[in-house]
Amino acid sequence: MELDNSRTQRTFTWTARVLSALQMDGPLLAGLGLLALISLIVLYSASSANMSVVLSQALKFLFSAVVMLAVAQLPRRLIRNSAPWLYGVGLLLLVLVMIKGSSALGAQRWLDLKIIRFQPSEIMKLAMPLLCAWYVHERPLPPSLKDVLVLTIIILVPTALIAKQPDLGTAILVLAAGGVALILAGLQKRYILGVLLLMIPAAWIGWTHMHDYQRQRVVTFLNPQSDPLGSGYHIIQSQIAIGSGGVFGKGYLNGSQAQLEFLPERATDFIFAVIGEEWGLLGLITILLLYAFIIGRCLYIAANAQDTFSRILSGSLGLTFAVYVFVNTGMVTGLLPVVGVPLPLISFGGSSMVTLMAGFGIVMAIHARRRLVGR
Amino acid sequence: MLYTARIKDHHSEQKLFVQRSVIAGLIIICVILTLISRLVWLQVLHYDYFAEQSAGNRIRFEPLPPSRGLILDRDGVPLALNSPSYQLELTREQVPDIDATLQGLANLQLLDREDLPTLKRDILRRRSFEAVPVKLSLNDDELARFAVRRQDFPGVEIKPRLSRRYPLGVSGVHAIGYVGIISEADQKVLDADEYAGTALVGKAGVEKRYESVLHGKAGYQQLLVNAQGRRVDQPGAHSSELRRKEPTAGNDLFLTIDERLQSAVEEMLREQKTDANGNTYIDQKRAAVIAIDPNNGDVLAFVSTPGFDPNLFGRGLSNAQYRELVNDADKPMYDRVMRGVYPSGSTIKPFMAMAGLYYNVVTPTTSEYCPGYFRLPGVARPWTDLHVHGAVSMVTAIKVSCDVYFYSLANQLGIDRIHDYLSEFGFGQLTGLDIDGELPAVLPSTAWKRDYFKRKEAQQWFTGDTISVGIGQGYLTVTPLQLAHAVATLSKHGQGYKPRLIHAVRNSVTGEVNELPPVPLDPVKVRDDSSWDAVIQGMEEVAKPGGTAASFASAPYTVGAKTGTAQVHGLAVGEKYNASQLAERLRDNALFIAFAPVEQPRVAVAVVVENGGHGGTAAAPIARRIFDLMLLTPEQLAAQEAKRQSIEKRITPTTTPTRPSPSAHIPAATEPIVE
Repeated sequence: MELDNSRTQRTFTWTARVLSALQMDGPLLAGLGLLALISLIVLYSASSANMSVVLSQALKFLFSAVVMLAVAQLPRRLIRNSAPWLYGVGLLLLVLVMIKGSSALGAQRWLDLKIIRFQPSEIMKLAMPLLCAWYVHERPLPPSLKDVLVLTIIILVPTALIAKQPDLGTAILVLAAGGVALILAGLQKRYILGVLLLMIPAAWIGWTHMHDYQRQRVVTFLNPQSDPLGSGYHIIQSQIAIGSGGVFGKGYLNGSQAQLEFLPERATDFIFAVIGEEWGLLGLITILLLYAFIIGRCLYIAANAQDTFSRILSGSLGLTFAVYVFVNTGMVTGLLPVVGVPLPLISFGGSSMVTLMAGFGIVMAIHARRRLVGR
Repeated sequence: MLYTARIKDHHSEQKLFVQRSVIAGLIIICVILTLISRLVWLQVLHYDYFAEQSAGNRIRFEPLPPSRGLILDRDGVPLALNSPSYQLELTREQVPDIDATLQGLANLQLLDREDLPTLKRDILRRRSFEAVPVKLSLNDDELARFAVRRQDFPGVEIKPRLSRRYPLGVSGVHAIGYVGIISEADQKVLDADEYAGTALVGKAGVEKRYESVLHGKAGYQQLLVNAQGRRVDQPGAHSSELRRKEPTAGNDLFLTIDERLQSAVEEMLREQKTDANGNTYIDQKRAAVIAIDPNNGDVLAFVSTPGFDPNLFGRGLSNAQYRELVNDADKPMYDRVMRGVYPSGSTIKPFMAMAGLYYNVVTPTTSEYCPGYFRLPGVARPWTDLHVHGAVSMVTAIKVSCDVYFYSLANQLGIDRIHDYLSEFGFGQLTGLDIDGELPAVLPSTAWKRDYFKRKEAQQWFTGDTISVGIGQGYLTVTPLQLAHAVATLSKHGQGYKPRLIHAVRNSVTGEVNELPPVPLDPVKVRDDSSWDAVIQGMEEVAKPGGTAASFASAPYTVGAKTGTAQVHGLAVGEKYNASQLAERLRDNALFIAFAPVEQPRVAVAVVVENGGHGGTAAAPIARRIFDLMLLTPEQLAAQEAKRQSIEKRITPTTTPTRPSPSAHIPAATEPIVE
């Protein structure tokens, strides 16, 4: 018994050493690994038992993990100093894509670099919290009115460019990344109240500048039955899938909504409904708790970080991840309008996964360096 | 000091950050709780609703059409049954281009180009996921032709179905009717659920009238479908819950028709002949023959010739084929038995005599002198008779068909009393036969003429109008059905039954046969029962040597009969006949009514042969054949047959169809049963 115990102990210690040598945070890594595993299992069902989809997703996880590992090795100073450059390049690419991007699905989001095509807006997801954290890092907090105004411009320019593409989902996430950074920096309550009040005229301006399909989504969200076979179809079918799953679900590979193709985009944006149908309420609560754990771990790391830059950066990365999760699950469950945001790390797709994992790489870098700076 | 206040204070910044992080954490917990309560709302509180929605998504009801009830003759000989066949069905939502697909099928000669617009309209009328039959009963050749090119026609499938088959073809077609493809008009009256998956519906005759009995109850099966509506065969969690309700076959009908009689009569009306060029052809008489059992109104034979093959309709008739049928000068679609309106000729005389006795205008014993004509005071032109009969009693008047006797009788009765009494026998009204389309013909009266004519001066009834009605000419018309019904009623001394074509229904599930009770009608009123004896005696004399229908001279049973020969009033406007046919079509119609045996009547018949000439020669042999088949023992029948053949042998040299002779195409009055 004691021998066994000590062996377990030894294995544990050895693992911790390896992880720390790789600058990895054990709990965060475990949470992410679990999500990846769930993603592969659910994708097999959501793609109607298509093994090549699962393999392709596994490769993306592998690549993203390598990116995360690489980012985690970067010195914090380098990360901090790269912030304005990254932001600048991101902004430049956004303008470029505006002028001559290739159009997919009627929206100009992609930049074709011959070898790979990628969305410059993905860079912004990282560059935004980086720049915000970089900006407040040297300045006294809570931020002064001047700082708040500068930060507002920093946040709104790329957000507007992305929203204009149009890619409402990413625009919201970029806006949220900047917003939470600002709030974590200690934005005074009166500004927060002011922003909330400003939302009302902003919503009106937004409405008048929306594309028809975006406006249609809002109308459909308020009343899905207004167009049950058109834009309301997604919402109705995903609610049927979740609702008919009940507490325990219909069983793996047995979700009729998903398997018989009633549920659209079941491998991407609506994969949460597949889990709900096949694994039921229990499955969904498990997923939500797993997300909560990852978010909580990010906030914990942030709270224990040594300097303002690290705190604000890892805090806003964690909270942006939360916004990511809630925008998707809110949409799939019918609480929010349909915006094209995938369920992070579970939905099929590589572009956003790389950014997310790079983000977690930054968080881990921050966590790992804490002792080096220590007292 | 304002400047120093803005110096970074790491400790308070961290406190502020932790405070904000805690608030953020609380917000996250709130959001997660909101999400979970939403999930509970969806998955627990409204689980039943969404589970049902989900089932509704994946389960589609496919109708299972019932198999149609059989139609059998009175002895169970099948007249209409179902046989498996293949049909082409098109599902609109799976067809990329309907016009191109239909054109393609026409190019394969599976469809008639002319029918394409109608077909397209039919397809567009149905729901987009419904399979619409575009071609019924494919033969092997057509099946092969389609099978080879199948991949060119997405959304068009070969489906096995039960189609209607009439094994005896043309036989009894006007009574049995036929089924055809459900039309736009049919769809308005039919229950869409009961007829989903059914292509054919009764269009005429028994098939139409008894549609609700024959059709049965549709079943359904639940199919697992995907979002595109395509059937998925997935043996798994979803298929165990699929239900299936078998259809209930329609009930079988037993006709009153005796197929043996029916075909024998049809055979007699068809003759193989040779024209001047040596080509043989079928000479099809235009005739109506109906036999009724006087004891219950059962229609034993219902023959209207020429007919048509009802199988054509069940196969999906092309426009061209239909036009050919409708435009045929002999009108094969026309039901001569109940829609053929003919002047009755002398066949009305026994009923006229009954009217005379009822109103006491004549007695059985009083005689009338026949000088060969009848004159009305003040009318210059006399009504003539063929012969001078001298003094004739009622019996003689019927026997020799003396016109003068009946001119005078009609004159004394007056048209309204004639109308009232002949109505008792069902003239001028529908007999109530259990199929649709019967015509009432005309039993004239002063009131009728007033209503019928628009011009004031034409509305007045003249005494002269009455005189011709006395011998069954003038305004009086009858249908063969009315005649047979009246004879049946007369043979039973006034006790009539509503004529019917169905006498029993067999339940397809239990096999139980439900006999329908005959429907007795109000008896005909008479002054005195002896009236029947006088008239029936006259009719018996008709069938004896010296009477007008000598065909019955050697019959081993007693017969009451009356011949009739009615002038054809000329052709209707717009009717086109070619010159060679014209002469024949202006000849008189031959009529004949009879019943036998007189003591215990078992069968009453009415025969009308259009342009057949005299009733005694053209029509009576048919009645004779029916009576022989009904009343003789098999041995007697065999003897009869032997005798007939020996006669035929004797007359063969002059009528052989194989030897062309200038007169060969002129219809010869061959009467095989005449002794």
